[in-house]
Amino acid sequence: MTAKAPQALHGIRALEISQGFAAPYCTRNFASFGAEVVKVEPPSRGDPFRHSGPFLDHAPHPETSAPFLYLNTGKKSITLDLESGAGVETFKRLVEKTDVLVEDLPPGRMADMGLGYDTLKGINPALIMASITGFGQSGPYRDYKSNSMISYAVTGLMYMNGEPDREPLAGSGHIPEYEAAIHAYNAILAALFWREASGEGQRIDVSVMEAMAYFHEFAIVVWTHVGLHNERTGNRHPVGIHPLSLYPCKDGYVSISVATPDQYDNLMLLIERPDLLDEPRYADRHERWNLADEFDDILLPWLMEHTADEIVARAQELRIPSGRFNDCGQLMTDPQLSAREFWIDVEHPLTGRQTYPGPPFKMSETPYRLTRAPLLGEHNEDIYANRLGLGPEEISRLEAAKVI
Amino acid sequence: MKNGATQSALAGIRVLDLTRGWAGPIGGRFLADFGAEVIKVEAPTARGLASVDPPQPLEYMRIVHAAYPDNDPGEEPYNRYGAFNEYHRNKLSLTLDLTAEESRKIFRYLALISDVVLENYSARVMRNFGFDYQSLRKLNPGIIMVSMPGFGTYGPQGHFVSYGSDIEPNAGITNLMGYRGSGPLRHGEAYADPSAGVHAAQAILTALFYRRRTGRGQYVDLAQSESMIGLIGEHILAYSMNGREPERIGNRHPEFAPQGCYRCRGEDKWVAISISNDEEWQSFCEVLGYPDWTRADEFATREARRANHDRLDAHISQWTADKDYKDVMHSLQAKGIAAAAVFTNQDVAEDPHLKERGYIWDVPHPSAGVRQFLGAPMQLSKTPIVLHRPAPTLGQHNQYIVRELLGMNPPDAERLKEAGLMVTRPPV
Repeated sequence: MTAKAPQALHGIRALEISQGFAAPYCTRNFASFGAEVVKVEPPSRGDPFRHSGPFLDHAPHPETSAPFLYLNTGKKSITLDLESGAGVETFKRLVEKTDVLVEDLPPGRMADMGLGYDTLKGINPALIMASITGFGQSGPYRDYKSNSMISYAVTGLMYMNGEPDREPLAGSGHIPEYEAAIHAYNAILAALFWREASGEGQRIDVSVMEAMAYFHEFAIVVWTHVGLHNERTGNRHPVGIHPLSLYPCKDGYVSISVATPDQYDNLMLLIERPDLLDEPRYADRHERWNLADEFDDILLPWLMEHTADEIVARAQELRIPSGRFNDCGQLMTDPQLSAREFWIDVEHPLTGRQTYPGPPFKMSETPYRLTRAPLLGEHNEDIYANRLGLGPEEISRLEAAKVI
Repeated sequence: MKNGATQSALAGIRVLDLTRGWAGPIGGRFLADFGAEVIKVEAPTARGLASVDPPQPLEYMRIVHAAYPDNDPGEEPYNRYGAFNEYHRNKLSLTLDLTAEESRKIFRYLALISDVVLENYSARVMRNFGFDYQSLRKLNPGIIMVSMPGFGTYGPQGHFVSYGSDIEPNAGITNLMGYRGSGPLRHGEAYADPSAGVHAAQAILTALFYRRRTGRGQYVDLAQSESMIGLIGEHILAYSMNGREPERIGNRHPEFAPQGCYRCRGEDKWVAISISNDEEWQSFCEVLGYPDWTRADEFATREARRANHDRLDAHISQWTADKDYKDVMHSLQAKGIAAAAVFTNQDVAEDPHLKERGYIWDVPHPSAGVRQFLGAPMQLSKTPIVLHRPAPTLGQHNQYIVRELLGMNPPDAERLKEAGLMVTRPPV
């Protein structure tokens, strides 16, 4: 694959209006696969994430926020005041020349600004407009506030996170919004695919709750089929198989998963306890789950004498599903990720060269590319002059009126 | 639920879905939901696990292989397993024993007239079948093939075996979850699986769009672990910039306060509350009726509330303790405060908001009866996701596929059946 290889979404133009994680993560994926993404930011302050840490050296600066820099790789930034009439008119001119619009403002906010789908499709019938919000564009919770913890709570996932005798835990990071963003990406791709045949755009409504509840689908099916709840089980598996666990070891943590009789036998060989090969008490994986404390007392002394790498290497020789536990630093030195050239270094004028996660998957024909996030309004000239054909006087007038 | 004849975004696309488990099948389901013809290629014995599991005692009902409707395996347990029927709606079923040359021949014919092959076998298995990408591409240069092992198809760990429960800790996700000052905790749901499925669909849709414009197929190597790392990318970048690992802080927020999960009335009932600015704090105090503690200096500013978070949590817990978890959610949200009852699986299935949006589907199945399942994960105005058909019974579409798609003559089709390669119930 050469630098000149075509990207999958080459030629697609997308616009983004955002205040959360979902819209920018969605359009970031478009940019990485070759679309041109124009991020529309409010003049002066810009995207709210420009003011949200962690920052480089912990010093707040609108161009060095880690979430902002991560969420906006490969995009162009223009400033535009959508609270002003001139801003709205300018935005509509951009919509004429765009394929996809992604936004995550509270439901109804776009329409309040005069930029609802019904208006925009009149301007560009081929437009695909996707909205990603906590609870979707309709229904009794439509206007409820949301964030990652709220989304973990209302999908049933939070209830299962944590120790049985303690409070449920919100899950990691901002995964609900990120996953909803990929759902939106997929819906938009399906809509683009269909547009190739029909010429028509459409409206897409993604609810973080609905996208993320699928991550709990097995437990929900258990409810609708046999009427049972799940429980919190800490690092043990909640559905009655043991061990599918995360364990401490000599230098950190390691995961070990044993579901079949062969895997159990091999686990006993791993921990050098051949005497337990035929132990009837542990032969059944569900019985082991009932005896998990007792069983772990047998495992832990051996695990605490070995490093994660030793355990995983030997377990894998024995075909026991297992893996290294990684924190951020360990991820960056993980031998598998390094061998697959996963990491991508990106240069930025204020942060210098930093390491970003690479592609979610490797495509043989169409490359994935990361370039740095834009400075605030960096592409005003490019978009307003070249794309919209505004003259220098008109641009000056908009600047003077603080529209851009 | 919308049903029946609507326009489908991927009408005319055919997918061969060779996956097992959870991750792969839901990757295929997204395409089926968008209207592609997804053929689940199953070994005649594939549903054996479900078919051999006797009904379990109730305390084991959470066990993976036993969610039959009302815990009743019925006459056809292999067609009644709830999770299977959840993962495979809108697909067709074809039974093929790929260890037999006659079955492999059928698969090759299908590969000629298909657009996508999705698989999660080990690299060795597909090569032995003669179905690695290089071979399939010779048959059909436009084919898109996605392989999705835990750690990728090559590299020093490319041969590793793993379950979803091994992927999440490996991808750095588990490192971020835990109580303040305690060790890492894995998520209750092994959601590396569904996450990998979403990303497999992303890969296929991206490749399909490119092929539509260029005619070119391609191969996708999806390492489940890699596909998850981007979900915590801002933490990775922060580590790259500052060399500092993220702290586990339970349910708290690194910048604003209060944020937490508070016990409510009843057994194991909780509400999550998040207050991100002074305005919301004032609204919160108003809902509480301004008890004296809300006026204390120690809670007056965001910084003060963060500094005195433990005492603040004690006050809030006292307020929530005798209240219904859903009442707290609705009364706070009515005042513009982010709050959510910590839903159980039952709460999700019965939620009035989801019902009003048509998200919970009643799905009739010829063998399993009518059950509720989750519906459309995204709403598209022109090409909505609808139920085209419930999950297929084992081998339900064998005849359609070999007779109508491949044009096989009836004696040949009958011979395959007699050889045990095409079945509609697993061998005893």
